[in-house]
Amino acid sequence: MFGCLVFESFRRQKRRKILAGVAITLGVGVATAMIAVATDIGDKISRELRNYGANLIVTPQEDTLDVQIGGVDLKPPSDGAYLNEADLPKIKGMFWRNNIVGFSPMLPVNVRVGGDTGAKNLTLLGTYFSKRLTFGRESFSTGVRSTHPWWKVQGAWPDDNSFDVLIGESLAAKLGSKAGDEIEIAGQPHRVVGILSTGGPEDNQIVAPLALAQHFLGKPGAVRRVYVSALTKPEDAFARRDPQTLRGAEYDRWYCSPYAASIAFQLQEAIPHSHAEQIRQIAQNEGTVLSRIKGLMLLVTLAALFASALAVSAAMATAIFERRKEVGLMKALGAGNISVAALFFAEALLLALIGGIIGFAGGALLARQIGRSIFDSQISIEPVLFPVILAIAVIVTFAGSAMAIRRAVKFDPVYALRGEA
Amino acid sequence: MKSEVTNRRAGKPHTSMFLRMLMRAAVLRRGRAASALLAMVVAAAVATAMLNLYVDVQAKLRKEFRNYGANVVMVAKGDQALPADAIDKINAILAGHGLAVPFAYVVARTSNGQSIVVSGTNFEPVRKLDSWWSVTSWPANPQDALVGVRAAALVGPQGTPFDLSFQGRIMHINPTGILRTGADEDSRIYLSSQDFESWTGVKPSTIEIASSGSSEEVSSLIRQLSQAVPVVEVHPIRQIMEGEAHVLGKTRATLAAATGLIIATAALCVLSTLIGWVFDRRRDFAIMKALGASEGLISGFFAAEAAALGAVGAIVGFGIGIGVAAWIGRVNFHAPVVPRFNVLPVVFVGSIAVALVSAVLPIFLLRRVQPAMILRGE
Repeated sequence: MFGCLVFESFRRQKRRKILAGVAITLGVGVATAMIAVATDIGDKISRELRNYGANLIVTPQEDTLDVQIGGVDLKPPSDGAYLNEADLPKIKGMFWRNNIVGFSPMLPVNVRVGGDTGAKNLTLLGTYFSKRLTFGRESFSTGVRSTHPWWKVQGAWPDDNSFDVLIGESLAAKLGSKAGDEIEIAGQPHRVVGILSTGGPEDNQIVAPLALAQHFLGKPGAVRRVYVSALTKPEDAFARRDPQTLRGAEYDRWYCSPYAASIAFQLQEAIPHSHAEQIRQIAQNEGTVLSRIKGLMLLVTLAALFASALAVSAAMATAIFERRKEVGLMKALGAGNISVAALFFAEALLLALIGGIIGFAGGALLARQIGRSIFDSQISIEPVLFPVILAIAVIVTFAGSAMAIRRAVKFDPVYALRGEA
Repeated sequence: MKSEVTNRRAGKPHTSMFLRMLMRAAVLRRGRAASALLAMVVAAAVATAMLNLYVDVQAKLRKEFRNYGANVVMVAKGDQALPADAIDKINAILAGHGLAVPFAYVVARTSNGQSIVVSGTNFEPVRKLDSWWSVTSWPANPQDALVGVRAAALVGPQGTPFDLSFQGRIMHINPTGILRTGADEDSRIYLSSQDFESWTGVKPSTIEIASSGSSEEVSSLIRQLSQAVPVVEVHPIRQIMEGEAHVLGKTRATLAAATGLIIATAALCVLSTLIGWVFDRRRDFAIMKALGASEGLISGFFAAEAAALGAVGAIVGFGIGIGVAAWIGRVNFHAPVVPRFNVLPVVFVGSIAVALVSAVLPIFLLRRVQPAMILRGE
């Protein structure tokens, strides 16, 4: 009898059920989408923060001091220690290799530029642009195009295996050269394929493939420093502990957390005779920006949950309020308060489950759409959220109906039947 | 007596009755009117808070992004020094919306002939500008210096005082703090500008500027600066500017999507409550119609009621929403979100529009029904 009542109620009052169901579906959809976005926003924003460039730097262990002002190297040439280029692919063999967005080796050398008349001493920076490397069976490409996304080239990027060069913007203006020209470096002509603009010291330098800089220096395989861009976890008190003082499980936890400090530690292990350090300007500020944006999205998600809870309860209250006559009839026929309430709650449960399932699917699609249009990547939804969202939907629907059901049940059946609602 | 009443009624025939009906409807059905108003207020509050946050988040996040330090750098052309009044001119242009710190550089020699870069600056503003500098203790006394961690390994590993020479002049330096940044600063020594100038006689050649404005404001600042101080090159630090633009753009886009969803949900809430409210009063509608009111008048009555509800809801909701936004700002950014009154007209018009739609929709449906049917309770 009870099942029959519920079934008939759904069959005969399609319009009302659809209205309430739509409200629940939309509410759950919005809530699901917002929860999915809020849980994933940290990952997405930390990837966006990689636009600030490298957050770790690897230098030779016995490094001499940099004598550099405004990007101009004042140190005598062929001074200082070097890293070995052949060790670099080992970065992709580290524990946190999947967190390494990219790395770029740098080798500044002083070269004489121009013909016999008016030759100038300039800095030539050797680096990877988008070099294909292999480590084990894995093949990947890395270079300044991924670690220094603010570098802009007018013309084309040189090939990493060519002898072509880029000229910094300010230097190009001084030399009067443009893309497509030839430039004489250390007595050999080289093609300028593009003009580089960085807003940094590179604007006054020549930037060339690493092999070319090594050739000018006369030291094949030499690298002065390596910039590494890695996805890290914001630093906390535990991250600042010295790994030497940690024991057993604590050491493992420190080593296996993607803190900037522990990734630097692993870089040092991967590359022999090296010293890795976080670039504090980039690494330290990521945490604050990230936590602010995450906090904001959390509060906004709470607002969304609140708004959708309200929408669902309003729809349920309206749907039940309209049915006081039915209640009157049922009570006149001898139904008790409990069985009337049970009927309404059963209906609400059914609506919440149907709306919750459709809403969850819709919300997942919505989150995916938001991820694709804003971040160009998927926002995946945790399957574990499904029962949670469904439970929330049922609770909110019950809570929204409770007041209205109470009032409907208390209503005197005589008034209801006489139409004096 | 009678003529007086007739005259009075003739004077303003509909308005007073219209108003009285509106008032009585609100007073007699307090419960339902209050729940409709509550929905309206909550929706307007949520919409206000979200719009306010959306408008203000840029300013709030920009402040956080200024932790990344300078976004504009000013360098003297060639080997000249900056004009002496440059820093005052810059501070006048910035007018409190930024920070400018001068740096002077020389290459000095240690006692064993090693070259080392020494910089002169003001520690107080540097501490604010480069908040990521990890410093064991900031220098306070004359001749105290901040020594980069790599420079320290070379000149005085145990923090012992040492001598530096520049063009034959010797400076006795007392290393008070070790500086760690992971960048060029690690191999430099920082002195206060007074010590630096009295020792080397070299004036600042670089000014780093952190401006907390939008990218348009920064480019206009750069134009102003290069006009005010002609012998320098001013350029933006693209690394910082572009990184900021990326993150800010994505955050705003996400927030815009969230705001859209939340406002749609709130509007839905108002819609379902108000439709229920109007449907519930179909007997009023039928009685009015039976007594001879025209359809236009009845629609006008319900529309006026809904508009009044929307207006009151919007204003109360706006007040609450501003409070919510301020609270979110305080919790998350440790600074309240400034009330943006240009959000008010949007919320106001939007609330009234949603209220009108939700009132007129059921009227439109009820119009086709005979009043007798409704009054009979069918």
